[in-house]
Amino acid sequence: MKGYEVRFEPDLPRRQAVGRIWQGVALLAILMGIAVLLTLLVRVFLDGLPYLRPQLFTEFPSRFPDKAGLRSALQGSIWLMVLTALLSFPLGVGAGIYLEEFAPKNAITRFIEINIANLAGVPSIIYGLLGLGLFVRGLGLGRSLLAGVLTMTLVILPVIIVSTRESLRAVPASIREAALALGASRWEMVRDHVLVYSMGGILTGMILALSRAIGETAPLITIGALTYIAFDPRGPLDIFTVLPIQIFNWVSMPQEAFHRLAAAGIVILLAVLLSMNALAIWLRNRLQKRW
Amino acid sequence: MQALPSRLSLLRRRRAEERAVKAVLLLFAMVSTLTTLGIIYVLFQETALFFREVSFAQFFLDTRWTPLFLSQRFGIWPLVNGTVLVAALAMVVALPLGLLAAIFMSEFASEKVRRILKPFLEILAGIPTVVYGYFALTFITPLLRSIFPQTQVFNAASAAIAMGFMILPTVASLSEDALYAVPRSLREAAYALGATRWEVATQVVVPAALSGIAAAFILAVSRAVGETMIVAIAAGQQPKLTLNPLESIETMTAYIVQVSLGDTPHQSLAYMTIFAVGMMLFLMTLGMNVASYMLTQRYREVYE
Repeated sequence: MKGYEVRFEPDLPRRQAVGRIWQGVALLAILMGIAVLLTLLVRVFLDGLPYLRPQLFTEFPSRFPDKAGLRSALQGSIWLMVLTALLSFPLGVGAGIYLEEFAPKNAITRFIEINIANLAGVPSIIYGLLGLGLFVRGLGLGRSLLAGVLTMTLVILPVIIVSTRESLRAVPASIREAALALGASRWEMVRDHVLVYSMGGILTGMILALSRAIGETAPLITIGALTYIAFDPRGPLDIFTVLPIQIFNWVSMPQEAFHRLAAAGIVILLAVLLSMNALAIWLRNRLQKRW
Repeated sequence: MQALPSRLSLLRRRRAEERAVKAVLLLFAMVSTLTTLGIIYVLFQETALFFREVSFAQFFLDTRWTPLFLSQRFGIWPLVNGTVLVAALAMVVALPLGLLAAIFMSEFASEKVRRILKPFLEILAGIPTVVYGYFALTFITPLLRSIFPQTQVFNAASAAIAMGFMILPTVASLSEDALYAVPRSLREAAYALGATRWEVATQVVVPAALSGIAAAFILAVSRAVGETMIVAIAAGQQPKLTLNPLESIETMTAYIVQVSLGDTPHQSLAYMTIFAVGMMLFLMTLGMNVASYMLTQRYREVYE
């Protein structure tokens, strides 16, 4: 019975010293992450500095780095973001409302839920293959903005559904009961009470989902979003390019100057993302109700 | 007396409206199911066409992958090798750092410190992958080359390191949730027996949260396997069987990007390969996601 022969050795100072050392190591792990983040931001900014000038916004892509700009990519990103928002907001919020407020607790509901959880983990490039097979070829949309919008909508839907459900869940049951007690139907209760109170959370989730959409590159490359676009897109059936694809294109060039252009593009992309995140935080603080 | 029929019709209208709204919302919820079906359908259809031309044996037994060359070979293993190599190296960075970060956040950090550190991790998680790719190619690779001069310009290690830091916040935040779910009473019992804070964290809380942490780890691996832009930029386009991280390799995702960028004609064999590779990728990540989901369900049941 060897196990019982263990003697109790408190030796507290040593054990506490060991604990403190490990605690320091754990803190170091986080600080390493932060250090990488700061290095990345500073490097990108310094690399891109020479190309952060007005031409970056007004010029089309070019073979000559000094004449190249992000004009078509910026327009493409704006088009993509607006149209994706218009399509994914009703779909995602509607699905979230159904699952949280209407769905019966049965096998079908469970199946839909597991499905969404799984879709959130599907690599985005697989959505690109879906878009290529279904929208580009199947529906014959070609390499159009619309095909990109549809693909990107499917990519971010799970994110919107999950955040919508969380926001709805945060509204206390008493609000629902009060509305139902006064004779409201289920939909009236959701529309006039629950949705009103949870709109802050829903919009926050929506903005975060869109900020993922504008940084997403792989699915759009797969559906064949072109990189060399030297005209302003006029509508959803035009071919298009977006910021991250233009950045990828420039990074892939061997010349140093294009790398610096890419860095300048990244600065713009990160600036857009950070301001969207700031907007989301501001919205959350302003609209979200505490119970 | 006259109000009665109109009120009845109002009720009927409301009920009809209610049903219509519910039906529309259900339809929206079904979009996700249709998406899954769509993915399976598209991948399956093109993969079936692919396997009409290329045999299973060739796909799984050949050791070379050269569908874009004149002498076409279709052995998937070099791509799987590249994918697994990068993912494994990324995990060497992300798992220990992520778990340590989670332990610190959940067990040691004061509320104030948490509020300062957390946003940094959230920003780290929100940076687009194409940016990490740039960082890997223009910063990590030169750094590696100054330490190991034999490092190739495109190499697995550089992409893996960038990927590791990209995934670190995911591991940290999911593990932290698992640690946080361990009830207070367990910690207090251990303190009462004379354990130090670090001992409580590592010998009581982490084991109690193990299935949640395992779920986080599996999800991290799945993300690494499916990650595309970092490897497309920094890891190269040379599918080969190697374990040397300083060499240029190609992952499954990078191959899909490579073909998508070229002018591969529709219906050609090379076009079909990206769906076959995509199918392989989908099945690998699906397996891991399901495993992770089942583990999370299990650890939730224990303490609720």
